[in-house]
Amino acid sequence: MGILEVKDVGKRFGGLQALSDVNLSVKENSVHAIIGPNGAGKSTLLNCLVGKLIPDTGSVMFDGQSVLGRTPHEINQMGISRVFQTPEIFGDLSVMENMMIPCFAKRDGAFSLQAIANMFSEKDVVERAESMLEDMNMADKRHMHAASMSRGDKRRLEIGMCLAQEPRLLLLDEPTAGMARADTNNTIDLLKQISDERDITIAIIEHDMHVVFSLAQRITVLAQGTPLVEDDPENIKGHPKVREAYLGETA
Amino acid sequence: MLGLEKKDFQLLLVVAGLTLLAPFILNPFPESSGMAQFNAGYPDLMQRFVIFGIFAIGFNILFGLTGYLSFGHAAFLGIGSYGAIWMMKLISLNVIPAIFMAIIVAGIFALAVGFITLRRSGIYFSILTLAFAQMSYALAYSVLTPITGGETGLQIKSSDSPLFSNLEEGEIGRANLFGMDMRASFELNIGDWLFTFNAGYYIAAIAMLASFYLAIRIFRSPFGMMLRAIKSNQTRMSYTGLNPRPHTLAAFVISGMYAGLAGGLMVAMDTQVGPERMFWTASGEVVLMTILGGVGTLIGPVLGAGAIKYMENILSKINKDVLHEWFAFLPDGLEDLLVTIIYPFIGKGWHLTLGILFMLVVIYLPGGLVEGGQRIARALRGKKANDEDGPKASTEPAE
Repeated sequence: MGILEVKDVGKRFGGLQALSDVNLSVKENSVHAIIGPNGAGKSTLLNCLVGKLIPDTGSVMFDGQSVLGRTPHEINQMGISRVFQTPEIFGDLSVMENMMIPCFAKRDGAFSLQAIANMFSEKDVVERAESMLEDMNMADKRHMHAASMSRGDKRRLEIGMCLAQEPRLLLLDEPTAGMARADTNNTIDLLKQISDERDITIAIIEHDMHVVFSLAQRITVLAQGTPLVEDDPENIKGHPKVREAYLGETA
Repeated sequence: MLGLEKKDFQLLLVVAGLTLLAPFILNPFPESSGMAQFNAGYPDLMQRFVIFGIFAIGFNILFGLTGYLSFGHAAFLGIGSYGAIWMMKLISLNVIPAIFMAIIVAGIFALAVGFITLRRSGIYFSILTLAFAQMSYALAYSVLTPITGGETGLQIKSSDSPLFSNLEEGEIGRANLFGMDMRASFELNIGDWLFTFNAGYYIAAIAMLASFYLAIRIFRSPFGMMLRAIKSNQTRMSYTGLNPRPHTLAAFVISGMYAGLAGGLMVAMDTQVGPERMFWTASGEVVLMTILGGVGTLIGPVLGAGAIKYMENILSKINKDVLHEWFAFLPDGLEDLLVTIIYPFIGKGWHLTLGILFMLVVIYLPGGLVEGGQRIARALRGKKANDEDGPKASTEPAE
C-alpha cells in the first residue's frame, strides 16, 4: 500500500476525456515520476491530487484518507505540498518573509489571528525560516525582494517553502521547465539531496528525460489520459510502448 | 518601544507631535493677514482631519494589505454614526459608550457584508460592496425612516432624555466626556495669532493616535504579513495550507470597525447623522484619500485624508472676489485673464483641482504622496552622500 493511492480516476472536460481509469500507487519515501507526451493528462492528474480539480470518478487516497472534496489548503495541511511549473512565490515579499509564511502555516494552521505580535519576535518561526534558508543556500538573499530573483532561485525558494512545512509528499510539476542547463542540474542535485536526507516522498511530472532518469526510482507513463506502463527506469527506457507513445507509430 | 521597531516608533512620535500641535501648525498665518484664509487650525476642520484619517487608516488595512478594493466603506461609517447617536439618545450623552456602540455595530455589519462579498475578488468584490453600501443608503434614506430619520437624519432633540443623564425639562443634551463638553475650547491669543484648543479635537486625535498605533502593530504582525501574502499570491497562499477567506474577512471586519469608530467620533463631535454619509461618493472619497496618500503605507492614508479635507474646506472657500484682490496689482486686462483661468479650479470647482492632483499623483507617483516624500528625501540624502564619500546605493523603500 503506497502513501498515495489513485484508483480508477476519470475526468472529463466537455467532450474531452482528459483522464480515464488512472491507477497509480506511489510508495513511501520514493521518487516517482509521471511522464507522457503533451496532452497526456499529467497536469490534470496533478490538479486532481491537490484539490484544484475534483475527478468525476474514482478515488484518491493519501495515507489512508480520501482527499476528494477537500480544499487545497486542507489537502496541504494533510501533508501534500506542491511546486508549480512557473514558481509560485510571494513576489512582493522579501525572501525571509516568503520562508516565514509556511513556517507560520505549519505552526498555527490554516488561520490564526495574531494581529498584535511582531512577526520577527516569533523566535521559533524565525529560527526555522533561517535554517531553511541556509539549507537552500539562500541565507545571503534573505532581504531580497522575491520577485527580483532569477528563475532558478525562485524555484529553489519555492521548493524550500514547501519543505519548510515538512510535507510527507512533495509534488513537482515540471520543476525544470524553461530553465537553463546549469539551473536544471542544480535543481536535480537539490531534489536528490532532499530525497536522500529527508523522510519524504516525491512525485514529479517532467518532460525532460534527463531529469526523469537521474531522479526517478519508479516511472508511470501516461498517454491520452490513461497509464500505459508503470515500471522501473531501466525497463522504461527501451519499452516499445513508450517509444510508440512519444515518437508515434513509425518509430 | 511600545513593542515597535525604532523606525516605526519614530514615525508614531512624529504623528503624535503633529496631531497634538496641530492647532499651532495649521494656523501659521496671522489673523489679519490676507493669508489667514489658508489657516486650517479651527476645531471643525481639525476634527475632520483626524476622523477621516482614522477612516482612511482602516480602509488601508483592507485595501493596502490585501488588495481588496471595497467601494462601500462609507456604509460602515454611516452605520457607526447611527449606532452612536441612538446610544446618545437613549442611554447616555457620554461619548465613550456611543463610540463603543459605533464600533460594535459597524463590526457586526461588516462581518455580515464581508461574509457575502468576500466570495468574490477583484472588480466583483468592489461592485458587491458598492451595492451593499447603496442599499444601506437607500434603506436609511427611506425604508428605515423610523430608525434613521430618513432624509433629515437624526439629531439630539429637547425631547430626548437618555437613561443616564440629568437633563432639565426641555434642555437639549450635549455630547460630553464625563461632563466635559465636546465643544469646549480654550483660545490662546499670541500677538496676531489665535490658536484654538478644542476638547473634541483632542479626543478624536487621541483616538486617531491609538488607531494609528494599532495599525502599525497589525502591519508588522504575522497576520499583517498573511494579508500582504494574499495580495501577492493567493494560489501559493492556499497551497501553503492557509485559508485566505478568514484572513480577508478578519481584515474586512477590522477595517469596518475603524470606519465605525470614525462614524462614532463624527457623532461625538457634531450630534447629527444623515444618510448622505453613506452615499457612494463618500465611499469613493476614502479610496481617493488612500491612493493619494500612498496605498499600503502607514502614514499615507492620513496624509491623503488631510490633503483632501484641506482642499475641500479651504480651496472651496476662495471665490472670485478673493482672486481679484490677489491679482489687484496687475493691469486690469491681465488681472481678469488670470482670474478667468484660475476661477474654474477654486470654489465649487475644487473637485477639478483634486482630479488633476489625483491624476498627477497616480501617473507620476504611483506610491502616492509618501513616495513623493521619499523621493525628495532620497534626492537630498543622495546629494549629501555625493558630497561626502561618493554615491551610496541604499534605496530600500521605507514605509
